[in-house]
Order: sequence, then structure tokens, then C-alpha cells
Amino acid sequence: MKILVCITHVPDTTSRIAFTDGDKKFDSNGVQYIIGPYDDYALARAVELKEQLGGSITVLNVGEAETEPTIRKALAIGADDAIRVNAEPADSLFVAKQIAAQAKEGGYDLILMGRESIDFNGGMVHGMVGEILGIPSISPVMTLDIEGDSAKMSREIEGGKEYIEVKMPFVAGCQEPIAEWKIPNMRGIMSARTKPLNVIEPVDNETGTQLENFELPPAKGAVKMIDLDNVSELVGLLKNEAKVI
Amino acid sequence: MATLVFVESADGKIKKTSLEAIAYASGMGGEVVALALGSETAPAALEALGNYGAKSVLHVADERLNEGVIQAYASAISQAMDKASADTLVLANSSLGNPVSARVAIKQNASLVSNVTELPDTSVGFKVKRSIYTGKAFAVVELTKGKKILAIKKNAAEAKEVGGTASVEAFTPELGDADFGANITGVDKATGEVLLPEAEIVVSGGRGLKGPENWGMIEELASTLGAATGCSKPVSDIGWRPHHEHVGQTGVKVSPQLYIAVGISGAIQHLAGVNSSKYIVVVNKDPEAPFFKAADYGIAGDAFEVIPKLTEALKAAQ
Repeated sequence: MKILVCITHVPDTTSRIAFTDGDKKFDSNGVQYIIGPYDDYALARAVELKEQLGGSITVLNVGEAETEPTIRKALAIGADDAIRVNAEPADSLFVAKQIAAQAKEGGYDLILMGRESIDFNGGMVHGMVGEILGIPSISPVMTLDIEGDSAKMSREIEGGKEYIEVKMPFVAGCQEPIAEWKIPNMRGIMSARTKPLNVIEPVDNETGTQLENFELPPAKGAVKMIDLDNVSELVGLLKNEAKVI
Repeated sequence: MATLVFVESADGKIKKTSLEAIAYASGMGGEVVALALGSETAPAALEALGNYGAKSVLHVADERLNEGVIQAYASAISQAMDKASADTLVLANSSLGNPVSARVAIKQNASLVSNVTELPDTSVGFKVKRSIYTGKAFAVVELTKGKKILAIKKNAAEAKEVGGTASVEAFTPELGDADFGANITGVDKATGEVLLPEAEIVVSGGRGLKGPENWGMIEELASTLGAATGCSKPVSDIGWRPHHEHVGQTGVKVSPQLYIAVGISGAIQHLAGVNSSKYIVVVNKDPEAPFFKAADYGIAGDAFEVIPKLTEALKAAQ
């Protein structure tokens, strides 16, 4: 089975969010970059499926040279080779077009990625890739098992989940608890250095959106502490000051 | 040109976030046409969408759409845009709306933005503000294509009753076998509960509650307030509570009027799921818990003491 796992290169979830260049650029100063946490779930499940069923895992990232350490980490976790589309990921449509072009060329049975990136939180790329390729797209996927040429999945819905069966190939946007995140071992890290990482140029420059500027939310005021022996004061504040009950 | 609003329902009722989507589309000006899919929504509920600003409703009363089949939904919505001569589609962010709208964007060659928090600025071009970095920042983006799709975040517009009744028209899009390639074989869904992403008040519990057997007091506080219940990631990871209650960076992001966190220390990943709440109350026995810094009101005390007292005080005030 051939699996394509698409990963994002994003600031660690604990990063301080700040902007530079007149609020037009993310301030990456001192920021640690990671594989998108949802993409990491997709990759972990791909590694498990490969262990069970055999096959290969190709990891794909749309990004400039600075994303290569993140791609190498994915190789260390268990991907066999990697493709980096050498371009800034301008928007969902741009990224989806790059992924779709690679997917067409590679003939993958399964295209996995996270349900959304944790920087722009768009949650759109999997659906766009599915539509461009004319194959099903399912997200957010909580469990994924392969039986023959089809897959059984559960998808999170508001207040519960639904169960889905679909024939391969398809695209899935993954989230927990699809698999446990995998930590690369020493052998993985060593072998990742020599695994193929192919750099290719983007196929298409089409976008649907253009960034204007970033903004930070207004700072939060100080917390008002309420005495343990006077809990009813909180009820009064929620009623009369906040007016939320 | 018209704006099409895709509305979702739960337990036969139109979701509040979909009513907000109609209010948002009305706020943009122009004619608003709503679209409902599936045979389970009552005709009266569809006519009542006029009360929120929809002029007419297209209803696809096809039983196969009673479950949210992503490809079939995308086909039906795209065809409804053509039918209504709509250049814009507005819908609420949801676990169904987002994956569906991505496919519609390709079908319609439209610009698409999700997590939209405010009405567009159309003074120069067509720009919207969207939430990014899991609520920690915003981006203003321009939609550069002729057709536009906006997936709006909860509270992007207020669902106001404006009076009126919408005319309901049956619509039959062409749906083929390929649209039903993904087969939904079953659904597990809590019914009758307040849905977490829709809730105006959320009460969440963390590991400070010591075990699933102690959730009774959280549920009682929630039911006193008409609130939904949530939990922290460790609590859903160890199986004390179901995954769909997990609030945080990799779980549900909530935007209620009031968020009450009980026995949750306030890891940055949890805060990412709650930072668009209007007011936050934190109850934690550790006065140094980081969550207090993100709170509006705090009580430093043992949940087992505070929560029953709070529930009692709320009941007394009702």
C-alpha cells in the first residue's frame, strides 16, 4: 500500500504569537517549529498501517528550505521518502493544488493529513485535494482501519461520531485518537539522514486569498478573585456585571 | 446577486450557529437564500428562517442526505448556488460544514475563508477578519476570486428575530453514485444534550476532579445553568469522559458567553480551545494555577467544596 502523508511545519503549541514588518509577517524569533500535531497523528497511523500491511510512506510538505528539519523528523518517525514543494504555503488552495499534483503522479492508495494546520486552522486542504482528484475526502477522522481495498473510519461530529466505509483511494483529515504520537528512536534518526528528500518546484501559483495583515486580540484584564466563603458573590457578578446568566 | 446560506439542523431544529450564518448574510446586504438538506427538518422550521432574514429556502428533502455525506453535500450545495444565482456562500464552521465547503470552493472556483469573525469590509476589495493560531491572533485576508465562501465562527453575527416568513421551494439536485462513495454505516450521537460547540455556557472539569465518578457535581452545575459539559485533554485521554467533550488545541474550540473551568490548571493547549469565550471563571485549589491569568473571575479552593456551594447559590438566585 502506498501512503502519502502531508505535513505542515508550524510553531510549537506553546509559542508566543507575535508579528513583525508592520504586522504583515509572523515573528519566528525564538520559535520552535514542529510537525503539525494533527499531521503527526496522521503520520503515526500511517506508520502503524505500514507495519500491519506493508507498503511505503511518502511524506510531503509545501515549504521553503527551513522546513527540512521538520521533514527529516517525519522520516525519522518512519516515512520512507519525502517531497518538499519549494514554495511558501500561500493559502489552502495553493497547497491543495501542489498536493493533488503529487498525488496524481504517485498513485497513492491513501492520502493522510491533519484535520487542520495549527497556524491558520483552515481545515480545508483535505477537502480541496479530494475534490481536485475526484475522490472521497473524510475529516475529522478519529479511527482508521484498512480491510482489503476499503477502509473503515469514524468521524467526529458535534456530540458524537459517525462510522464510514469507503473504498481506496481517498483523502483523510486526521485527529486524535487515531494513533499515539511516535517519538523517533536513534535508528530512525540515523536512517532519516540518508532517506531521499526530493525538492520540486510548485506546479501552479493559483491562490484564492491574499493576506492583508495580522492582529493580536486585546489584552485581558486582571482576574477578580472571589473568597471561598462567599461563593454567592460570584453569582451576583455573573448576573449583574458580566450579564451572562 | 444572492447569498446562499447552508443551514444545519440537530434534533429537527435549525442550529443556532446556522441562524447566525443567516444573520451574517443579511448583514452583508442583498438577497439571502437558505439551503436545507435532508428530509428530517420540519417545513415550519424552514419557513421560520424568514424571521432571521432569509427571503426563501431551498429544501432538498432527500433521505440520503439525512446523514452528512461530504461529497453529496458539496454537490448539492454547489448546484444550489447555481440555482439561486448566488455569488457567495455563507455557512457556520462545523465538523461537516468545513470539509464540505472546501469541496464546494473547488467546484465553484471560489475563494474560501474559514473561522471568519466579523462582517466583510468591502470598501476596497472584499476582506474579512479570521481567527488564526487557535484563537491567539487574527488575520485580515482578501478574497480575490469572483465567488466567495465564508465559514463563520460562532458569534460572528447575532441571530436576531426580524419578523417574516420564508417561502420554501423543493429543490432536486442531480446526485450520482460517486457522490455517495463514502458510506455512512452508523451514528453514535448524544441526543437532548446541549452541544458543546453551540453552547452559551460551558462547564469543564479536569484532573482535579480525581475520577469520572465525581462528574455528577459538574453535570449538576451544568444543568442548573443550561450549560454543556466539557473536559481537559488528560481527562478524555484516560477515558474519564468521551473524546467529543475534550476542549483545547486538538479538541473542540468553544466560544461561549461563559466558560467555567473546574480543576483544570490551564495548560496553554487548553487555553487555545477557550480563548474566544466572553467570560472565564476558574475554580482551582492551587492559587498559582496558570489558568487564573486567563480568567475574569477566580476562586482558589477545592472543587469538592466550591462546586456544590456554587450550584446551591445559583439555584437560590433563580
